[in-house]
This record gives sequence, structure tokens and C-alpha cells, in this order.
Amino acid sequence: MGRTLAEKVWEQHVVRRAEGEPDLLYIDLHLVHEVTSPQAFDGLRMAGRGVRRPDLTIATEDHNVPTVLGPITDPVSKTQVETLRKNCAEFGVRLHPMGDAGQGVVHIIGPQFGLTQPGMTIVCGDSHTSTHGAFGAIAFGIGTSEVEHVLATQTLPAYRPKTMAIEVSGELPVGVTAKDLILAIIAKIGTGGGQGYIVEYRGEAIRKLSMEGRMTVCNMSIEAGARAGLIAPDETTFAYLKGRPHAPAGERWDAAVAYWKSLATDEDAVFDTVVEIDASTLTPFVTWGTNPGQGAPLGGAVPAPEETGDPAAARRALEYMDLTPGTPLREIQVDTVFVGSCTNGRLEDLRAAAEVLRGRRVVTRTLIVPGSMLVKLQAEQEGLHEVFKAAGAEWREAGCSMCLGMNPDTLAPGERSASTSNRNFEGRQGKGGRTHLVSPAVAAATAVTGKLTAPADLAQEI
Amino acid sequence: MEAFTTHTGRAVPLRRSNVDTDQIIPAVWLKQVSRTGFEKGLFSAWREDPEFILNQPAYQGASILVSGPDFGTGSSREHAVWALQQYGFRVVIAERFGDIFRNNATKMGLLPVVLPAGTVEALQTAAEADPELEVTVDLGERQVRWGGESAGFEIDDYTRWRLMEGLDDIGLTLRNADDIAAYENGRQPWLPTTV
Ligand code: SF4
Repeated sequence: MGRTLAEKVWEQHVVRRAEGEPDLLYIDLHLVHEVTSPQAFDGLRMAGRGVRRPDLTIATEDHNVPTVLGPITDPVSKTQVETLRKNCAEFGVRLHPMGDAGQGVVHIIGPQFGLTQPGMTIVCGDSHTSTHGAFGAIAFGIGTSEVEHVLATQTLPAYRPKTMAIEVSGELPVGVTAKDLILAIIAKIGTGGGQGYIVEYRGEAIRKLSMEGRMTVCNMSIEAGARAGLIAPDETTFAYLKGRPHAPAGERWDAAVAYWKSLATDEDAVFDTVVEIDASTLTPFVTWGTNPGQGAPLGGAVPAPEETGDPAAARRALEYMDLTPGTPLREIQVDTVFVGSCTNGRLEDLRAAAEVLRGRRVVTRTLIVPGSMLVKLQAEQEGLHEVFKAAGAEWREAGCSMCLGMNPDTLAPGERSASTSNRNFEGRQGKGGRTHLVSPAVAAATAVTGKLTAPADLAQEI
Repeated sequence: MEAFTTHTGRAVPLRRSNVDTDQIIPAVWLKQVSRTGFEKGLFSAWREDPEFILNQPAYQGASILVSGPDFGTGSSREHAVWALQQYGFRVVIAERFGDIFRNNATKMGLLPVVLPAGTVEALQTAAEADPELEVTVDLGERQVRWGGESAGFEIDDYTRWRLMEGLDDIGLTLRNADDIAAYENGRQPWLPTTV
């Protein structure tokens, strides 16, 4: 019987297999950031252990960093970042600190350097590590105990998850993006639908996505409960990788591409579960509740709790979100718009937002935060920052920013956002803050009207 | 890791689904670089409500949390496990868990127990009727027992053994250092390094 992409990559990384035990899996790349690593480095020190492969480990500062120029003023955040610097120096791990040209959100910098490649195993103490699956890698988030384990051994004991295929047939209509697609998938299978699975996204609509769009889709696999999501590498993948600083070159490139091509799921392979979605029926999608599965097409209305799969949860969510069933989603007023994060903080996302904002003015507080310093540089070379500034939006430095309430960019209690990030959990963007997850295009259009809006709605207004 | 064999304690029912890790411990609490003090952050937003179940005197000292489905979804923060343990929980029972949370819990000796929805509901109702109810979670027997009732649960042999022995994963893996070195010799030449 044939094998799936995930099975091929997994098998290639089994260091040791024994009856009744999890596989011991080799890890090709370990990404580190300041939040989930300090206790892991402490553990190494206490046990007198070192980092086995500093050359397969890379660190950045992202969650705590302010996105306006200047030092970190919060003393606790500052200590955490300084602790990472000390640990990296002591254990010989390469670090991209604040201000460095290579700094950025951990899941943005791996791909941009070409460190993320097909067929690899990649981990990070961060659940959105699934992002890297866009290249056909098995990439998943781990906790601090596992971070310590990988630092010490470059391996991880793990059971191979079951496999799920999400077949996306048809083509995404104009104005419907990768973000809308993944929000619709999560609404369909639920926040627990992917638990225990590695998801492979397949089908015509997936093949047509850019690498950026694929990263957006894989990024939110975890919001459907799947630790990892991946996409078979193809010409789009190879074209993205070619020439990146850490990508193979010369003869090695040819050997690598030949191998990468062999990774695709065999025709006769069988998935444990198959989910089908028709992309051509999709429209811009937004969330109304407090988990990423609580979403609906923008053209719809806030649902009555009884209409949902989990009425008790919906009731609590609507109370927290201060929304009434039946309210058209397009009438929801927002205070703040955030474009950024590892879900939608790449160049293509900024271009999509700029296209909407060009020649218009925002009426909400609008933060545009590039996912890395390189994205910032590229956006500025294209003049996108001028578009944002002319529209009245704030153009920031790279970081996680308003994706989570850990740095100075937060929502005030009761404040409502349209956000291109990945989690609308209670308090995620700041205590009492209310989050609607949206695509970059919808975020930008919303900034223009102050209500949840698709770019197509704006065109009609002119 | 603290070994887990059998634990008897009182249970607190948490009738919510999708208790994500941002609720278990909000991000502001993650700035600490130590491994202690996280109990203060446990459910910190919800605990501001005097009606919240953990604030009710009857449930003080309870050590078994019985939650709705999809407990521990969301971020990979192991701080969620530390916060639950440091607050005094030894066991969390739910119909489904977030994968990363469950993994983190078993690394730390906090036992995640999966029971069917109906059984979770029955246990919640029993703990509501009698907050003094004693519940025993027996890992050796893979069984939860309370007031004359009992329910079996599944856990793989390896994880059970590790938990019962309180074994350190890293130590176990390092016994296979030769296998790791051998694997490293055969890695594909084009794989990237970060240097
Ligand atoms: S941008 Fe958000 S989701 Fe991504 S790593 Fe940062 S905090 Fe996590």
C-alpha cells in the first residue's frame, strides 16, 4: 500500500522504534523564543547537560517585544528577553535579537531564511509551529519539557498521529483568501476535529495557493486541534525556496528537489479520515465567538446559540462578545484593526491590506505589524508603508504584537478588534478584549468603515 | 517528575467546553522565567468572579478537575500544566484534550483522564451534589471510582509506566545516544544548519 506524505516524512526520521514504545524521532530544526525556553535551559543547567546540536537550533525574540522603537520598558518582559540572550550565549545558540535584521516572529523567520524545507521535522515551543508544514515538513508545537528534551537530545519520543486529508476542490472565488478558507475549515470540523491527526491539505484550491497562503492555512491547523498540518511540496515550493540563504545550492539543490518530489502522497495511500470542502462556494469568513470554530460568512448574522453545535458555549461567547443573535455581521462596529502575526504578517498579507487602503482613510486605530524585519524592509522597498501611513494607519516594527497580550500592543477591556491573527479566545489580545478573526483584506476594509467589511463592499460605495 | 500511582481527592466540576490555555493561564503570566508561582495565574480572569466554581468554599482543596470537552486547546504553554499542579490539581478529567496540553501534562505528572461525555457528566453531577465526594483515580487499574460507581479509562502502557515510575524522559532517551549518533551520520547532506 502506498504511503502518505506525513508517513514518508515520519519514517525518514525514526531513530529508534521498539514494541510498546513511542518512536524516537529526529528533529531537523528547533526554533526557540523567549517565552517557552527559560525553564528548559534551566533544566539543562541543573542536570549538567548541553545543547546537542546548536547548529540545528535558532532563536529569536518576538512575543514580548514592543513594536515601537526603543527598549522594553516592562521589567518582567525585559528579564525574559535578557534571559534568552544569556542562555543563547551560554549554550552557543544563534539568536536574532530585537533590532537585528533577521529578527521576527519565529514562524516567519524560518521560511524566509530557507531553513524550513520539505521533508524536515521542525519543532518549537509554540503551537503555531504547524505553519512550517506548508513546505511539506512535519512541524508541531511542543511544551517546555519537550523543548528541554530536544535541546538535550535533538530527538523527541512521539506516537505517529493518525492521518487526515482535507480535500479542497474547486477554486477560491476572487476576494476569498487562504484565511477565509482555513476559518471555514475550522468552523466545519470544529476546534477538536483534528485532535490526534496530522492534516494534509490537498486539492486544486490548495495547489493554487502561494507559499504565503499555504502558510496561513497550515498555521491555523492547531485551531482545529491538529498539532500539524502539511502540504505536498511542488513547483511553488521550490520556486519560493530557491536562492534563500539556507536553501541547498548547486548539485545539492538538484538532489534535494528530486527527493522532495518523491514525498507526495502515493495515489493508493489511504488516510484515516477524509474531509471534503468545495472552495468555489466560499465567501469572506469571520468569527463571532471566542474560539476559532465559532465563525460564519461575513454576509451572515450572529447565530442564535441553539443553532450552533454547542449552545452553552455559544451563549457564553455571545455574552463575552456582547453580541445579539440575528445582528448582521456587517453591522458589528470595531475599535481596532490589527494586521500582522505569524498567520498574516507576511509580505503578501501586507500587500493585500495596502491594496485596500490605497487612497482611503482609516477610521479605527489600525496597527500594521510586519512579521519580521525582512518583511518590513521589503514592504518599505515597495512603498507599502507610505500607503499605510497616508491612510492613517500605524506602521510598526516586527513582533507578535497584538496577537497576544504579552507586549504593549493590547486591547482595553471591552474594546473590539478585527484581527488577522489566529485566536479569538477570551482575553487573548488583552484582558476583556473582544476579537473577530478576519483576513488582511477584510481587516483593511473594516478599518475604512469601522464595521466588519469586505473590500467588495467598499467598491460599491465609491 | 513526580510519580503518579493512585490519587484520592475531591472533585470540582468545571462545566465549560473549550477551556483553552489562554483561560487556564493568560499570557501576561508567561513572562516569568522561573517554574514556580503560576498558581496565582490559574484561571485568573474567571477567578475574579466570586461565583466562579473555584472560588466556592465547598471546593477548596479539591484536587481533581472535571471539565467539559476540549480542555487545554490552544497554545503550547506548559505553564498551564504548572499552574494547575501548583494550585493543587493532580488529575484533569474530560472527554477530549488538546494534544499538546495532554502531552505536557504527562511529562509533568499531571494525569489527563479521558472519559466518555456521559461519564464526565455523571461525575460532575455527583460532585455538585456532594462537594465532599471522594474520587479515586487509579492509574495502575486504569480506573476512576467514586461513591460506588467506577469507570475505566485508556492510557497507553508506555506513558502509564513512565508516570507510575516518575521517569525523566531525557534520561530515558540518552540511553539511546548511540542510535542518535548513528542516525546523524546518515542524514541527507543538503539539510540546513543555522550557523
Ligand atoms: S504571532 Fe501570535 S501566534 Fe504567532 S508566534 Fe506570535 S503570539 Fe504566537
